[in-house]
Amino acid sequence: MTADRLDATFAALADPTRRAILARLTSGQASVTELAAPFAMSQPAISKHLKVLERAGLVSRGREAQRRPRRLEAKPLSEATKWLERYRRYWEGNYERLDALLEELKGKQKKRGSTKR
Amino acid sequence: MQNTVNKTGKLQVTTPSDREIAMTRAFDAPRALVFDAWTKPELLKRWLGVFGGWTFAVCEVDLKVGGMYRYVWRGADGKEMGMGGVFREIVRPERIVCTEKFDESWYPGDAVDTAVFVEKAGKTTVTTTVLYASKDARDGVLKSPMEGGVAKSYDKLAEVLASMPARGAK
Repeated sequence: MTADRLDATFAALADPTRRAILARLTSGQASVTELAAPFAMSQPAISKHLKVLERAGLVSRGREAQRRPRRLEAKPLSEATKWLERYRRYWEGNYERLDALLEELKGKQKKRGSTKR
Repeated sequence: MQNTVNKTGKLQVTTPSDREIAMTRAFDAPRALVFDAWTKPELLKRWLGVFGGWTFAVCEVDLKVGGMYRYVWRGADGKEMGMGGVFREIVRPERIVCTEKFDESWYPGDAVDTAVFVEKAGKTTVTTTVLYASKDARDGVLKSPMEGGVAKSYDKLAEVLASMPARGAK
């Protein structure tokens, strides 16, 4: 996955309306009208959000001429998840090394404590 | 919030405000030890960012208010990544506040890091919070491949994924 693609995915996820749209699409495809219904927002405003999601590859358009239903594209999300997991593991890795170091330090401290007494 | 004090090994990521990213982790050691591991170069070199061939080329810590710290990591291929800052507050072994700036920064302004060490029954919970200069700066981090960006992005992504119906593993 390219950095640009990740940028686009994360930028798209940074907005609450767009996350709500994605959440709605997880239960099946929907037209722009249907997607706009739960929001106090005009259809053009919703269309703008959809364009961002489409550019990020998170949403695609169906073929039905009139409705052009939008549907969720799972691949970029799963790619982003994998990528994030890798990075989360970076911090987990740091802290696991710290765990091991602390065990060692505790052992040394005990030894020092017992020889003093 | 869950009680994490007695539970070690679980990294929690939260966003306390629109300019902050926080990480919490418990360690099975008294906080004086954890504080040392966080601030002494010979101990930092053992754990912070040293994996997959990356080691510290520079690790300097002048642990006093107004003192500076400087970290440079070098990869197996010779590539370097540097960062540093100035200490603003030091309450040993409870709290450290310092500025943070990467050499090739991907966000505007300095960020301010706060590390708080809380000990309970011999275990230490560390919360590190990064406060960015502005919401825009933090949102810039959102797009970056660095840990802050990932932490924040992970929250957003988790929110979306949590709302998805369970599917069979492929």
